[in-house]
Amino acid sequence: MASYSTNEFKGGLKLLLDGDPCSIIENELVKPGKGQAFNRVKLRNFKTGRVLEKTFKSGESVEAADVIDVDMEFSYNDGEFWYFMDPNTFEQVAAPDSALVESGKWIKAQELCTVTLWDGVPLVVTPPNFVELAVAETDPGLKGDTAQGGTKPATLESGAVVKVPLFIEIGEVLKVDTRSGEYVSRVKD
Amino acid sequence: MTDNWKPAASLETFKIRARVLQSIRAFFAARDVLEVETPILSKSAITDPQLESFKTRFKQCEYYLHTSPEFYMKRLLASGSGDIFQIARVFRVDEQGRNHNPEFSMLEWYRLGFDHHALMDEMEALIKHIFSERQGNISFERISYQQAFQNKLGIDPLESDAQQLERCAKDNNITIPQGMDIDDKDMWLDWLMVVSIGPSFSKSGFTFLYDYPASQAALAKLSQNDSRIAHRFELFAGELELANGFYELTDAKEQSARFIKENKLREQRGQRAMPIDQLLLDALKAGMPDCSGVAIGLDRLLMVLSQAKHIRDVIAFETGK
Repeated sequence: MASYSTNEFKGGLKLLLDGDPCSIIENELVKPGKGQAFNRVKLRNFKTGRVLEKTFKSGESVEAADVIDVDMEFSYNDGEFWYFMDPNTFEQVAAPDSALVESGKWIKAQELCTVTLWDGVPLVVTPPNFVELAVAETDPGLKGDTAQGGTKPATLESGAVVKVPLFIEIGEVLKVDTRSGEYVSRVKD
Repeated sequence: MTDNWKPAASLETFKIRARVLQSIRAFFAARDVLEVETPILSKSAITDPQLESFKTRFKQCEYYLHTSPEFYMKRLLASGSGDIFQIARVFRVDEQGRNHNPEFSMLEWYRLGFDHHALMDEMEALIKHIFSERQGNISFERISYQQAFQNKLGIDPLESDAQQLERCAKDNNITIPQGMDIDDKDMWLDWLMVVSIGPSFSKSGFTFLYDYPASQAALAKLSQNDSRIAHRFELFAGELELANGFYELTDAKEQSARFIKENKLREQRGQRAMPIDQLLLDALKAGMPDCSGVAIGLDRLLMVLSQAKHIRDVIAFETGK
């Protein structure tokens, strides 16, 4: 079985802890100059979504989680599952809602997402950092108000609600940062 | 093209570093301590199981990059150099993180006729000198290793065994790392030090912790009155470890025995035994003057001065960047 030593620890590494797949968020080396080194690790449990902290004596080995990231295209949502397809192999996987708690509102058909698979089962779906989505609903735009601050909510075609400048109108395509949930710019044709 | 080629540290921290280096040199010049340079490469290496030296090759021989300039400096002391200091870049494998970079700057100095308390006095003076531009008072505290454990955890680190230390950790709701060796007392002491004792030090001031257990003597003399303790000390800024010093062991026989013991321990742990520095032992045999020495991590001192959270914020380029 594959395993990692603590000196291979780094952000993003996938470990199996108490049977659950986890991803390292932060790894801190704690070492007295003339003493035993320890690794204090912050991890996200993929199954529960929770962040946990764990400490290891440096040099310990921890079982690797068979977790891989695959770029897959979103096909459709049948109300129960979200279906993704590998554009190279045309293989399909069905992800439950729990894998898209953060990401479901950002994706539309054909969007290329990162699907994290654990033993072949989707755990988490991560949307691209930037997506382009059309405005489905918002208050009428204010003409000429292109420079002033001030925002209003806009509902995008995928269902997400973002704050946009006052001049944005229904039907316009916007570039949005999915990590912060913030409007970036209009997309000009 | 990304911005990755740029230094992570700001120009301001480079200026602080330059000022600190000048300040250190002025401090020692005024006290007649001679600045020296010694080799980074050595055919022998430190045997301490907690330190791993970088290795390289030259003319069919293995060479090691020093983890501190200690052994060469001691050979200078034995040859009659008198008081000396050095600002050196040192190297340690597998040490990278918020407070660690595999190569870092170290200030090391030796004072003849000083015991560890006299050297702590001088360190205090040096730090006050370096921080003199800073507003406000700088506070220093001194506490023995034993007293610190008794105050915080109500346990005697010299008399307790590993099992008692484990129980103490549990009683104090201290998380226990995965992989702890149930019989390794020093491992438990180190863990309690890191999670409990260190964090109990004054957050804004400096703390000297002195008279470590004899099992953690490293290169320090043992106490003549109490063989359970070694005259080793460390300096902390808040809980950040800044320096390690010794009232130096000058006994060649004892030093040789410690090297051999450490190498045995390395082998038990599956680490390679390191080539022992015979020339250092010869120097000790020839006679090294009674002295104390200390090494301080300059990058960490700069972190304190500039209130940086990560070591990368005070060095031009992190290793590998």
